[in-house]
Amino acid sequence: MADENNEGGEEKPSRTSSAKSKSGSKPGTPKTPRSRAGSGRSGSGRAGSAKAKDKAKKDDEEKTEEEKPTDAPADAAEKLSAPPVPDDITDIMAIFLASKSQELFECRADEDVTSDHPYKLLKKEDIIQDMKTRAAVSDFSPAKQLVMDYPGEELLLVYDYDFKHGQNFYLITTEESKDRILNPPKATGEGGEGGVEGEEDQVVEYKPPVPKDWVSYGSEKEIAEEAFGETRPKKVFKIARPRREFGAPVNFTDRDVKDVKDGYVECTPYDDKNYSLHLLELDKATQAIATWKDCSSQTDWKYPRNAVTQYQPREFTEEEKEKLSTSKEVKVFIEGSIPRFELALQQNEIVDVFFDDWLALASDDATFGSKSDGHLKEYQSFTDLQFSKDKTITCIDWHPNLKGVIAVACSERLTFDQRVDNASKTLMTPSLILIWSFTDPIHPQLLLEAPDDIFSFQFNPSDPNIIAGGCINGQVVLWDISQYLDRLKNPRSGGKLKQNSMNALPGFEDENALAIPIIRYCAVSSIENSHHLSITDIQWIPDHLEINRYGLPVFNKHGDCSQILTCAGDSCVMVWDTRAPKVTLNPLEAKKQDAPHPLGIPATFKHLDLSWKPVLKVSLPKPDTNGEFAPLKVSIKERQGDKAHVQKQIEQMEKEALGGGIRRESTMGGFGRSRSAKDQKPLEGVTTKFYISTEDGEVAYADMKIEKDQDSGKLTNPKPSWYSALHGGPVHTLQRSFFFKNIILCVGGWTFSILKEENQLGPLLSSCCSQKKYTAAHWSPTRPGVFFIATEEGNVEVWDLLDKTHEPTLTQNITACSITRIFPWQISSKQQLLAVSDDMGTLHILEVPWNLRHPSSNEATSIQNYFEREEKRLEYYVDRLVFREKEKRDIDAEEQRIKNAPPPAEENEDQIQEKMRREYEAYLQLENELLISLGVKQEEDEPLPEK
Amino acid sequence: MSEVEEMLKRIQGHKGVIGIIVVNSEGIPIRTTLDNSTTVQYAGLIHQLSNKARSVVRDIDPQNDLTFLRIRSKKHEIMVAPDKEYILICIQNPSDN
Repeated sequence: MADENNEGGEEKPSRTSSAKSKSGSKPGTPKTPRSRAGSGRSGSGRAGSAKAKDKAKKDDEEKTEEEKPTDAPADAAEKLSAPPVPDDITDIMAIFLASKSQELFECRADEDVTSDHPYKLLKKEDIIQDMKTRAAVSDFSPAKQLVMDYPGEELLLVYDYDFKHGQNFYLITTEESKDRILNPPKATGEGGEGGVEGEEDQVVEYKPPVPKDWVSYGSEKEIAEEAFGETRPKKVFKIARPRREFGAPVNFTDRDVKDVKDGYVECTPYDDKNYSLHLLELDKATQAIATWKDCSSQTDWKYPRNAVTQYQPREFTEEEKEKLSTSKEVKVFIEGSIPRFELALQQNEIVDVFFDDWLALASDDATFGSKSDGHLKEYQSFTDLQFSKDKTITCIDWHPNLKGVIAVACSERLTFDQRVDNASKTLMTPSLILIWSFTDPIHPQLLLEAPDDIFSFQFNPSDPNIIAGGCINGQVVLWDISQYLDRLKNPRSGGKLKQNSMNALPGFEDENALAIPIIRYCAVSSIENSHHLSITDIQWIPDHLEINRYGLPVFNKHGDCSQILTCAGDSCVMVWDTRAPKVTLNPLEAKKQDAPHPLGIPATFKHLDLSWKPVLKVSLPKPDTNGEFAPLKVSIKERQGDKAHVQKQIEQMEKEALGGGIRRESTMGGFGRSRSAKDQKPLEGVTTKFYISTEDGEVAYADMKIEKDQDSGKLTNPKPSWYSALHGGPVHTLQRSFFFKNIILCVGGWTFSILKEENQLGPLLSSCCSQKKYTAAHWSPTRPGVFFIATEEGNVEVWDLLDKTHEPTLTQNITACSITRIFPWQISSKQQLLAVSDDMGTLHILEVPWNLRHPSSNEATSIQNYFEREEKRLEYYVDRLVFREKEKRDIDAEEQRIKNAPPPAEENEDQIQEKMRREYEAYLQLENELLISLGVKQEEDEPLPEK
Repeated sequence: MSEVEEMLKRIQGHKGVIGIIVVNSEGIPIRTTLDNSTTVQYAGLIHQLSNKARSVVRDIDPQNDLTFLRIRSKKHEIMVAPDKEYILICIQNPSDN
C-alpha cells in the first residue's frame, strides 16, 4: 500500500501538465512559485510563500479538473509541497521520527520532505501497521491513541524544519485542519488575478455574502471630523460702570442728530446676494362659497277703509214655517224628543240645580267658629275731658248715612233733688250733644247745644241733618246741622288743626278754626204744651205715614219724616209735626222772621220755635184703676223704610191725587205746611195700637185712635187694652225685632222678656233674674236671634236664642261703671260695631265678631219657628190652667159631695168573709175559663165548687 | 190645534220655562215662542254648539250619537235635543216661579 502511495506521489508531479511546475519542481527551487505569484500583495515570510504555494497548488488542481478526461489524478506529492502551514493551526501533535521511520514512510528529511514541501500524507492503516510491527519502538507510539481515534483515512505529517514545535515532524490531529492546510482558502487579492485570468472562461458560482467583521479603513476619522464640537475655549467679556452712576438723576434733552458726529447710525438698504433665490414653490388655496344676492320687494299700499258686513238671519216665510211645522217629520222628531225634556224639567223641579252647596256648607261650618274669635273687640273709645267726662251718657245715635259718625247726649250725673239744689250751677253749664267721628277720638266734630239736658234724641232718617231731641224739662228740641255737613264728611283731626295754627302769624290765629262749632238749637217746643216730665223716648215717625189729630195713620205724600213721637213720664205720648202750621202769618211778622238770626241759626224751624204744639196727645190711664201709666218707652209697629204692606194703597192714593189735580204743595226745606188730613182715608193694615213700657215695670198695649167716650162724650183715646207687670224695675228697653215686627224685646229691672204683639197671654220668653240690674238692651241688626244686654256693672251680655235661652252666650266686661246705652250698627257688610256708653261719659265702640253678626243659613226661619212653638206652648199652658182649674173645681165638688154623702155602714167580720169568698170564687171561675179557652184544661161536666 | 202644538204647550207649561224653539238643520227657526231677535240668536248659536257637540261625540265613537244637551248657566238652563233634521231648544229658569 505504501508503495502505491509513493508511486502515486511520485507520479503526480510527473504527470502535471503545467509547464511552470515541471520546469521548477524538479530542482525544487523556492524561487519559482514566488515569481509566478507576481502580485505584490503577498505577505512576507513563510506565510506569504505558503500562500503562494497554496495558490499554485490550487491552480494545478483547477487544471487537473479541466484536463480530467485526458490526465490521471494529479501527483499528491507535488500537491503537498505547495502551501505552507498557516500560523493559526493549533491542533498539532509534535512527533519525532527517526531516520528509520523516515525511510519506512518515505519522508526523509530534506529528501522527501523539505522546508518548502513539508507535507506528507500517511495512511492511518500504515501507521497502525507500523505500530503493530515495531510496537514500542515505533515512533508513532506516543500518538497511538490519536491515530486510532482519527476519523479520516490519511493523516497529514508535516516536516518541522525549524523545530518550531520541538520535534522534527508534527501530525495534524484533525481533519479540518488538514483540509485547511492542503486546500487553503483563496486570498482576496486573487480577484485581480481573476481579471487577468478571466480569459480562461472562468464560471463563477454565486455565493451569498456572509457578514464579516468590521475592518477599519480610516472612515471613522472622517466622521469625527464632520461632527460639530467646541473647538476653542469660550470668550468672556466683563462690562462695568462706576458705582456712583447708579440711580443718578437722568436729564433727557432734545438735540439735533446732526449736531454730533455719531448722532445716528444709518442702515442703508443693499442687495443681499444670499437672498437672490428663485421662487420655485408657491402656496395657493381655493375655497368654494355660495353665491348670493340682495333682493327686496314691497307690497302695494291701499288706502284703508272701513268695511262693514251686515248679516241677516235666514228665516222661513210663514207659509214655509207652517208647512214645516205641520210636516210629519217634525211631528216625529218632537214626539221623540219631548220625553227627554220632560225628564230634564222634572229633574229641575225636584232638585234646585242652582243651589250652591258649597256656600251653604261654608255658612253651616261657620256657626261653630272658634271661641277666640267670638269676643267683642275694642275698636275705639271716645271721651271729651271738657264736655263728657264725669257726665252720664243718656242716649246714643249713629248717623244714618255717614260711616263712623255717632252722636251722644250727655247729662249731669245728678238725682232730681241734687238738680234742684244745684239748679243755678247746672243752668250755667250748657247741655250738649257730642257728634264724634272715628277719625278723631279726642275732639268731637260738632257740639249741639240744648236748653236743658237731653235724655233722648234721634237723627231724622230721611234728612239726617235734622236732629230731634227731648229735654229733661219735657221740651222737644230741633237742630239743623246742614251747614256743618262738610265738617262731618271731611273731618279734620286735631293734629292737623294745630299744624295749621303753627304756620299762622302769631296773634292772628283764627280762634274759631281750633274751636269745635257749637250749634244752637233751631226750635224748641212751647213749655206749656210740652211734656211735664223729662222726655224718655223720641222717635221719628216713618216717612210713609203721618198721624192725624184723630190718631189715624194716613199716607204721607211728601215722603219724608216730618212727625215725631215722644213719650214722657207724665203719662203722655205726643205726636209732633215739624211742618209749618196752616195759619198764615201776617206780612209784618213774616218780614221779621226773614231777618237773619243773630246767632246764625238756620231758619228751618223758625215757625215752630217756642210755639210748637203737638198734633196729638195720647193719655194713658190705667184700665182698671184710677192711676195712669208713666211711659218710659214707646213702640209702634211701623218702621222706616218698611212699607211693603201699604205699598198698594199708597200707589192707589197717588193715582187719585194726580187724577184730582191736587197740586203738591211746595215745601220749605222739605217741610211744607201740614195739610188737613181730614179728607184722607186712613191707611189700612196700619195699626193705631202701640206698646208702652213704664217706670213701674209694666208693659201696656195702648191705642192712639181718638174716639168719643160713651160715658162722658169727650173725644179721647181708649184705655190700654192690656197691660202686664212684667218686670221688677223701669222697663228701659222696648224694641221690636228687626226681622219680626210683632216680636218685642222688653228689658227692665233684672229680667228681660220677649213679647208677641196681640198675644195677651204673656211673654213668649221671660228670663230668670240676673245677678245685676239690666240697664240697656238692643237687638242685633243682622241676626234674628241675637240681642245685646248691658248690665249695671259694665258687662255686655250677648244672648243667642238659637244657642241657649237660659244664659247668655257671651258675657264680656266693657267698663268699670254702669252702662247706660248700647247700640249696634252695621257699618259695612264686613263690619258691625257696637256702641256702648257708660256712666263716666265714655263711649266705647266695639267690633262685633263674625259669628255674632253673620246669620246662619236659615236663622230667621228657625227663630220664627221657635217663637211659634213658644206661642203654642203659651196657649197650651193657658188651656191647661183653665183645665186644671176646672178639674180642681170638679175635684172639690166631688169631695164636697162625698163629704155631704152619709158615711157607709160599718161591716162586720162575717160580711167581710163572705165578700172575700165571693171574690175568690169569681177568680177561680175566670181562671177555669181561661184555661179551657187555651186548651190546657179539658172542660169538665160540672166543676166542683170548692169550699 | 195640532198635536205638535199641544206637546209644545205641555212643555211650555212647566215651571220656569221661558221659551221653546224648533230649528231646522241649517239653524233656521221654524217655530218659536220667543221674540224674533232672541229666537234668531238662540237658533244660530245653539245650532253651532250642538253641531260641535255632536261631532265631539261622534269623533270619540263613530257609532255613538248626541241625543240631548243641557247647558246650565248662572241664570238659565238651556236644553237641546238635536236630531238629524231638527233641533228642539228649551230655555228654563228653574228658580223662577
